[in-house]
Amino acid sequence: MLILECPYCGVHAEETELHGGGEAHLKRFGPGSSDDDFHDYLFMRENPRGVHLERWRHVNGCGKWFHAARCTQTLEVFATYSAQTTEPPQEVKDKISAKRPGWSWREFKG
Amino acid sequence: MSTRLAKQGRLIDRSKQVEFSFNGTKLKGFAGDTLASALLANDQMLVGRSFKYHRPRGLVASGSEEPNALVGLGVGDRFEPNQRATTTELFSGLSAVSQNHWPSLNYDIGELNSKFFSRFLTAGFYYKMFIHPRPLWKHVYEPFIRQSAGLGKAPNKELKDADTYEHFYFFADVLVIGGGVAGLQAAKTAAASGAKVLLLEEKSYWGGRTPVDGGTIEGLEAEAWVEKTLNELNAMDNVTIRNRTMASGVYDHGYVLGYERLTDHAPGQGGPRHRLWRIRASQVVTATGAIERPLSFAGNDVPGVMLAASMRDYLVNWGVTPGKKVVVATNNDDAYRTAIALHEAGVEIVRLVDARESGGGELADKARELGIRVECGRAIAKVKDGKRVTKVAICAQNGEGGAREEIEADAVAMSGGWSPVVHLWSHCGGKLIWDEAQAHFRPDPERAPTSHDGNAFVVTAGSASGPLSLSAVMADAAAAGAKAAEAAGRPAQSVAAVETSEVSEAPMEAVWFMPAKADIQLRMKTWLDYQNDVKVSDVQLAAREGYESVEHTKRYTTLGMATDQGKLSNINGLAVLADSLGAEIPQVGTTTFRPPYHPISMGAIGGEARGEIFQPLRKTPMYEWHDKNGADWEPVGHWRRPFTYLRPGESKHDAVNREVKNTRENLGLLDASTLGKLIVKGPDAGKFLDMLYTNMMSTLKPGKCRYGLMCSENGFLSDDGVVARIDDDTWLCHTTTGGADRIHAHMEEWLQTEWWDWKVYVANVTEQLAQVAVVGPNARKVLEKLNAQAGGGMDLSKEALGFMEWKDGEIGGFKARAYRISFSGELSYEIAVAASEGQAFWDALMEAGKEFGVMPYGTECLHILRAEKGFIMIGDETDGTVIPQDLGLHWALSKKKEDYIGKRAQQRSYMDNPERWQLVGLETVDGSVLPDGAYAVGQGVNANGQKNTIGRVTSTYYSANLDRGIAMGLVKHGPKRMGEVIDFPGLDGKIYKAKIVDPVFYDKEGEKQNV
Repeated sequence: MLILECPYCGVHAEETELHGGGEAHLKRFGPGSSDDDFHDYLFMRENPRGVHLERWRHVNGCGKWFHAARCTQTLEVFATYSAQTTEPPQEVKDKISAKRPGWSWREFKG
Repeated sequence: MSTRLAKQGRLIDRSKQVEFSFNGTKLKGFAGDTLASALLANDQMLVGRSFKYHRPRGLVASGSEEPNALVGLGVGDRFEPNQRATTTELFSGLSAVSQNHWPSLNYDIGELNSKFFSRFLTAGFYYKMFIHPRPLWKHVYEPFIRQSAGLGKAPNKELKDADTYEHFYFFADVLVIGGGVAGLQAAKTAAASGAKVLLLEEKSYWGGRTPVDGGTIEGLEAEAWVEKTLNELNAMDNVTIRNRTMASGVYDHGYVLGYERLTDHAPGQGGPRHRLWRIRASQVVTATGAIERPLSFAGNDVPGVMLAASMRDYLVNWGVTPGKKVVVATNNDDAYRTAIALHEAGVEIVRLVDARESGGGELADKARELGIRVECGRAIAKVKDGKRVTKVAICAQNGEGGAREEIEADAVAMSGGWSPVVHLWSHCGGKLIWDEAQAHFRPDPERAPTSHDGNAFVVTAGSASGPLSLSAVMADAAAAGAKAAEAAGRPAQSVAAVETSEVSEAPMEAVWFMPAKADIQLRMKTWLDYQNDVKVSDVQLAAREGYESVEHTKRYTTLGMATDQGKLSNINGLAVLADSLGAEIPQVGTTTFRPPYHPISMGAIGGEARGEIFQPLRKTPMYEWHDKNGADWEPVGHWRRPFTYLRPGESKHDAVNREVKNTRENLGLLDASTLGKLIVKGPDAGKFLDMLYTNMMSTLKPGKCRYGLMCSENGFLSDDGVVARIDDDTWLCHTTTGGADRIHAHMEEWLQTEWWDWKVYVANVTEQLAQVAVVGPNARKVLEKLNAQAGGGMDLSKEALGFMEWKDGEIGGFKARAYRISFSGELSYEIAVAASEGQAFWDALMEAGKEFGVMPYGTECLHILRAEKGFIMIGDETDGTVIPQDLGLHWALSKKKEDYIGKRAQQRSYMDNPERWQLVGLETVDGSVLPDGAYAVGQGVNANGQKNTIGRVTSTYYSANLDRGIAMGLVKHGPKRMGEVIDFPGLDGKIYKAKIVDPVFYDKEGEKQNV
């Protein structure tokens, strides 16, 4: 059971307080988009062994969605950060780079 | 025969006799016995039958690794199957029954069967034997296998577990798992740093194996050192210790589950039976010891063949010997300890065969001095089959098993070397390395499980790390304790060497087959996994058939898949697989270790969450009234809603029909408080709702209501309900009863993660309001009467409050909001009042309604009324695969909006396909009620020879108003096939013929609500 720090309320929340929301930073495709773009948006997900950017909700707590950058292999948590962003902030990227030089995830790199 | 000796038995109290029963026979043991030691003391060598072949089985081990001695324990509401005799402490009145035999333990039909069938029961036999012909599987093979296989019997389902259980939370700097000398030392060292330490031991006693094995620590005999150290730890405020508590699993970020057995050894003393410890530890020290491995020789499963160190445990701890004439077989020095201990206790060691040509060290010399006949380079060829050991054939280790010497014996002690208990280390990702010298996998300290900060959080101590000698164990344990405390943030400390004395040992030698080139006849009788009946020949067969991966071999042969999870069998099995594949053992690798280490009770997992507190119940403000007035409760999400209100002597069917007719003819009241009520407010609320609903909500005028549909992003219908616009920037969204929390979360998710710059708040006010649907031709009359009685109130006339409008004001003196909406097709007002006034308002309606024929109605009546009108119900007409277009709801899909959640998905080719099943009404030709969920069949058959399906029933009821069955369903090309009759085969064998009709069965023009 993971422990993640909710960036909104500051609680170090145990996984029973949290709800996993899958991959972070999805770009929504709506009407007018191509079949391929929409299909990828709806179904294709990253499943890396290593650095991953995820959505979590502090559901049995403050109720806020947030993002977590963590390593699926070592369970290391690099950072948690606001869900109101389309890409990880530079300081989060730096924290990942410090532990995993040369990392990349979708279009994001260290 | 196995018997109790006059001396020894450091754990038993011979002054306290304990009576118990096994298979109905009354037996006696002593306080301090385990069920296993007490059975042995009574010469009960045979304790169970094996899983597949029903072979007679006896005790192999003395601890939780025991694979054979599983019993049904207790009676009635305290009966529990598959309990290990070795971990069951004896108590007065204990009742145990053996398992997996028929008709009796001694005489078993299955054993005869398996002797006949065993050549067919090889690895993968299910797949090979029982595929064809198909019907034989169902009628012959499956019943046979179900009768003969399986372990204990399930408890009587009518009886509820009489015991209670609880959860307990604990936080520690350092958690030490295992109370042997290594665990005690690690805890002591960690505690000296000031760290908060928790020390857990699964057994009732402390010290692990060392008091049995011998040696001194800090100048004290092991037992004395254990007592002294325990006293020291007990005296420290920063140390908590628990025996009878097993750590069952190590999980992410230092989470560990502990399983404390509080009253298993003393039933009836009160309090919870088991306690589940939910522990968070900064650092975990696994001082879990090592487990001895069996040797692979033919007949190594005959009762009386036992692990050598376990045999020594029975002797030293409980004063029991499993035999009077014992053969010892080994590949290491430790088994000599057993031979010496038994010899000194007066048991004859008829032979000690040491597979090593070079033999043993100091202990071997001592054995020879005592006159024990030791033979090196020798092996056991075979132990004669039977219900106990009678004859043992000895041969050369380096051969095929010929030139045997047969000797008489009644027990065999075997030792194939030791494997560290690496389970807890491995649960959360700790890796292993192969130790060639000890022929075992041990934890690789360089690749420990890591925590949130990327640093190791598990460290092993003692023989769990690999070393077996006492000096190395104690040094490793002290270092582990210090390392854990430092990693938990305590100051570093220099660790003083722990002074020990012990006997030196000669190196062991890996022996995976005994004899080394055993022929097929021997290999077919050589067991690897006792509990799942997997033999050397099975693993070899799997390898020949191409199962190269250890994970595949495991599943094909079931090696290590029993409840002991291969504690004894895994390493031997891997070695056999590696040998068969011509690979090295480390290349083959291990299977995955998963929690729990040892089975834990479901009761402990559930804890206090049973009965009423299993899940909180949600009750409306009028719950008590419903309950007193005949409510037949139906669960709807976490709510309970009245299904119908039963009058004395009335059947449910009659009650529902009464409510249905009365609501259409007079006046019905429905407690609609459970409907979800979400306030959506803010400058961008209209824009937001336009995205959430398929239709336009931003154009709704204040004071008006609109029915809306919500879809998921992949286009499927998710929820529906009436939306009311309250003012310029406020809307109130009704959701389904089950949907309130889900839709609230759905709104929050989109607002927080996609449109976070939109200015919108959402509040779930469901429980703030009581809502009553006042329905029927007399609905307006009763409300106007209430207003008249109160001397005025809101104007509820058709002109002042039209259909799909709402208004705030007073009704009968209650502050109320009235919505003129209808889910029944009748004149209907849904009136919301403060939750605290719900009951008073309901009472007022019931009282005033008497002259108008008022009756409360339940959810079934609600369903029938809506089905008569062809209104869909989320969860009936929808199931997560249905889009609004399937239900003919095109009118609710805005064409003006560029976008809404689900719009793009509904443009996909499959969603646009005219072949999709579509909503229609269904009327049986004979007026009967269609079975719920029935499928319609059409022309032709599918690839499996089954008739093609062309539709299914989604809602079906008896309509009292129409006096016939009515139904809705999804049918291929349905709307184009009006009037056609299609077939619905029922599970009762009957074919129901139904005509496709318009789904609106009642008042098609909607005149009744338009008054």
